[in-house]
Amino acid sequence: MKRKIIAKLSTLPINLFIIIVAFIWMLPSVGLLITSFRNSADVAASGWWTIFEHPFNFTAYTLKNYQEVVGRIGIGRAFLNTLYITIPSTVIPILIASFAAYAFAWMKFPGRRFFFILLVALLVIPLQMTMIPVLRIFNRLGLAGTLPGIWFAHAGYGLPLVIYLLFNFISGLPSELFDSSSIDGATPFQVFVRMVLPLSLPALASVTIFQFLWVWNDLLVALVYLGGTPDVAPLTVRISALVGSYGQDWELLTAAAFVSMLLPLILFLGLQRYFVKGILAGSIKG
Amino acid sequence: MGCVSSNTAYAEISVNSKRKYAFMRTNKLTPWLYILPAVSVLFFFLVYPSLNTIYISFFNHNSEEFIGFKNFLFCFTNQVMQNSFRNNALWVAIFVPACVFLGLIIAVIVDRVKYESTIKSIIFMPMAISFVGAGVIWKFVFAYRPAADAQTGILNALRSFFHYKPLPWLIMKPWINNFCLIMVGVWIWTGFCMVILSANYKGIPREILEAARVDGANEFRIFWKIILPLMKPTIAVVSTTMIINVLKVFDIVYVMTNGNFNTEVIANRMYKEMFLFRNFGRASAIAVILLVLIVPMIVINIQRFREQEIIR
Repeated sequence: MKRKIIAKLSTLPINLFIIIVAFIWMLPSVGLLITSFRNSADVAASGWWTIFEHPFNFTAYTLKNYQEVVGRIGIGRAFLNTLYITIPSTVIPILIASFAAYAFAWMKFPGRRFFFILLVALLVIPLQMTMIPVLRIFNRLGLAGTLPGIWFAHAGYGLPLVIYLLFNFISGLPSELFDSSSIDGATPFQVFVRMVLPLSLPALASVTIFQFLWVWNDLLVALVYLGGTPDVAPLTVRISALVGSYGQDWELLTAAAFVSMLLPLILFLGLQRYFVKGILAGSIKG
Repeated sequence: MGCVSSNTAYAEISVNSKRKYAFMRTNKLTPWLYILPAVSVLFFFLVYPSLNTIYISFFNHNSEEFIGFKNFLFCFTNQVMQNSFRNNALWVAIFVPACVFLGLIIAVIVDRVKYESTIKSIIFMPMAISFVGAGVIWKFVFAYRPAADAQTGILNALRSFFHYKPLPWLIMKPWINNFCLIMVGVWIWTGFCMVILSANYKGIPREILEAARVDGANEFRIFWKIILPLMKPTIAVVSTTMIINVLKVFDIVYVMTNGNFNTEVIANRMYKEMFLFRNFGRASAIAVILLVLIVPMIVINIQRFREQEIIR
């Protein structure tokens, strides 16, 4: 009994430390969330923590900031733009990459080794190395400021890593799969669609989440290839512009920021396992 | 959440060095059909532009006149560029150790409590949101108003509470504001370090730690003499990955200060040379410098990973 109490006491500092760290980590985001639901007059007059003095005074909360931000300020439009950018920018590279990864893993062709080493080398190129020439080509082709332009830019930037990760997975599939099916007379394409893709679902899920989030949260690529025009600008570009023009209207900035975080947070909480794998795998992306 | 291999990103680099099994039987054309879309997109967006950027870094602002190393000379002599190099160095010197240290401490300590996964989710959450979102969150934390007004930023509210003057954090150059930006980076990336280091820590056989405890070693000694040496290779890989990230830091600075008040960094400088000053020669030179700084880190990382593989 006595020993148990001592054991409990000795874990107290550890528990305290962990809870304090987690509290500090959450505090800024909690402030953001609360502020986005407060009246603008309150936000200007007092800190967000003062709501805890009367937490059940529901007249202090409002959805007006979200209405304002989504409507007049154009975050609703930006949300749709982000979706229009992100979905093709995720689907295209993963589609192209799964074909390439399959060929690298299970087909023999001259230059296979060369192309693969080139691929690994491309993993390290910072995006900055490519922007000026690509932008010039885009300008010539009329692709600057258009959705197809940024789709393919994101596809290009995502490809090395996506191919590489899918290659690691697909090349690890048991080789009997490929022997027996070729005996049965299945074509490489049938093997790919019927066996390789279904078996690679966990890997595909991880790279999809990673690429989706990378594009969703991207600022630099969108700034360079799309610019700030409201009918194409994504959330990140719009919000960073708002920080300049609405710098003191915290109820609006926080609401806009929260709109941009909604989908990533849902993915994070709902698909945590794939999410973590995807993020870790993608950490070295240029 | 802890079931992640610590080296997912650096998994087997050498393609079929000793391949034990056969390839599929295909005709000669088929493999090319499969890789052609990928190879052409890669060539168009990465290979050609990178070579072209190196080429135009030796030309003037509109790439019409060859000017040799003048752009690079500018990068190393210009005051603002030197400031950017200094600030990136500051990021490396503070951000990297802070993230790795905090990540390691949290990973080891959180292993001892029952609500481990909840805490890990909280620390890892900032990785899910954009740097722009994180920038807004923290700009609000650093919000400043004159001493007579009610403070709405939590840091200055705390200062007022203890009767200190509120501080305009983000314009206090050059140390405090840079330090504030770095703090935002630490808030975002610590979770990443924690998850990798935690997976590595859980891989250490418990018997080793138990044996040391039976021999009477205290927890600090176990940490220094057993845990730390065993985790050293992974700590090294995480550190170099963080250095790569920090050399490219852009979004946080762009959103929070846009490089004003002495907070400029290399990547933001490149963006400004490109879009504000329209000097494509200088912007390309900055990109090339960035590449040259990053490549050694990646080489070190891949080598370390290979050594680790051999030991295992």
